[in-house]
Amino acid sequence: MIVVVDYHKGNLLSVERGLRGAGAEVVVSDDPALVRAADAVVLPGVGAFADAAASLEELGLGAAATDAVAAGAPFLGICLGMHLMFEGGTEHAPEAGPLPAGLGLVSGVVGLMPRTDEAGAAYKIPHVGWNSVEWDEADPLFDGLESGEYFYFTHSFAAPESIATIGRTTHSVTFPSAVRVPGHPVWGVQFHPEKSSDAGARLLANFVTVVRAAAGRRGAAATMAEDTVLPKE
Amino acid sequence: MLTKRVIPCLDVKDGRVVKGVNFVGLRDAGDPIELARAYDEQRADEVIFLDITATSDDRATTVELASHASAELHLPYCVGGGFRSVADIRRMIAAGADKVSVNSAAVANPDLISQAARAFGTQAILVAIDAKAVPGNPNKWEVYVAGGRKNTGIDAVEWAREAARRGAGEILLTSMDRDGSRDGFDCHLTRSVARAVDIPVIASGGVGRLEHFAEGIIDGEADAVLAASVFHFGELTVRQVKESMRAAGIPVRL
Repeated sequence: MIVVVDYHKGNLLSVERGLRGAGAEVVVSDDPALVRAADAVVLPGVGAFADAAASLEELGLGAAATDAVAAGAPFLGICLGMHLMFEGGTEHAPEAGPLPAGLGLVSGVVGLMPRTDEAGAAYKIPHVGWNSVEWDEADPLFDGLESGEYFYFTHSFAAPESIATIGRTTHSVTFPSAVRVPGHPVWGVQFHPEKSSDAGARLLANFVTVVRAAAGRRGAAATMAEDTVLPKE
Repeated sequence: MLTKRVIPCLDVKDGRVVKGVNFVGLRDAGDPIELARAYDEQRADEVIFLDITATSDDRATTVELASHASAELHLPYCVGGGFRSVADIRRMIAAGADKVSVNSAAVANPDLISQAARAFGTQAILVAIDAKAVPGNPNKWEVYVAGGRKNTGIDAVEWAREAARRGAGEILLTSMDRDGSRDGFDCHLTRSVARAVDIPVIASGGVGRLEHFAEGIIDGEADAVLAASVFHFGELTVRQVKESMRAAGIPVRL
């Protein structure tokens, strides 16, 4: 079961239906216990970083999501959900005091995209529309897709470069449009796969494939653990 | 590179697509979801459902349409028409709309833009501007409201600037002079607004031929081009339009 985290900031229907269309069992929930026990967690993107981070904290959903990840559950952050994987973000941040904190799965701070490129040419922000995502290395998330594929973006803030970057997009600057915690089934995408026609549907299906395989492995491991008689301390 | 968008606009009345010529003489052009799905297959970049009769009494039909669309469509869509308050907008976004466009209500109460942008993010709020040239002044356009029936006397370029400052994510700019004319976009108006704001501008009103789309992008400096009848009646496909734009050197998703 994939749990789409509902942090009370907007509509999650498209994400839910996109995953269901990819053949997954999906539940939308704001229950930390359900998130903690999920086979996989999807953190969608609605609203602004500071508000979303506050909601996640208040509802106990941030800790639940990181617990699920620590237990090996695959994770996909979408748009703002990807931003929330980072340590912090400046969007709607209070003028004084510490930056609103994200989940800290990836290091760095999410910031506003510049309105000009290095040469001084002007760019419209928000970055709205279909842009290409380029990648150098194969990744299960990109299975069946080619580097340069177009996805639908709508955002004004962008993630910083880190060792987690697996895909990049250019608009005023080149920014990470897909990230993965190295060695873990933990991804974030800046674009909206649920709004990206066939290419987006394929990406969601790829995630669902990873989820199925991981759930199978974890199921087998749990069965083995039950069968093993552990020595008492 | 960010591609330029082609957006079919579906004027909806009582759950059916219609398109007026100069806002009168409506013709029925089909089921909105069917049509939107066909446009997705033709590689439309998004669609706009414009509820042209939207008043408080028949919002329910449009909310239902938005909900149906979110189940059936895998591309972004915007719903416009008849929003009076943040609560109206919330209902539509909760039903699944990615964006809403506000027009008359934003002119009457510009704070609606600020409130809605704060509540749902700037990317969710389009401000639709219906602009008409002021006779005798080639560099001035005024904002019309109430479906193009009422002149507010407000300068269109100034209003676009204020909308952007208040948190609009995009401007949907319709030339009242060109709408239904098939003479092409008012590129002078479009360029004037596009240069005045640092958010994307969608050009609307006047498309009749294939080359008009590229003109809107190149001469009008628009970020996206919108059309209705030429698509609904099958005169042009979105794919044809994009191919002609690409031939003109414009980046598009094909």
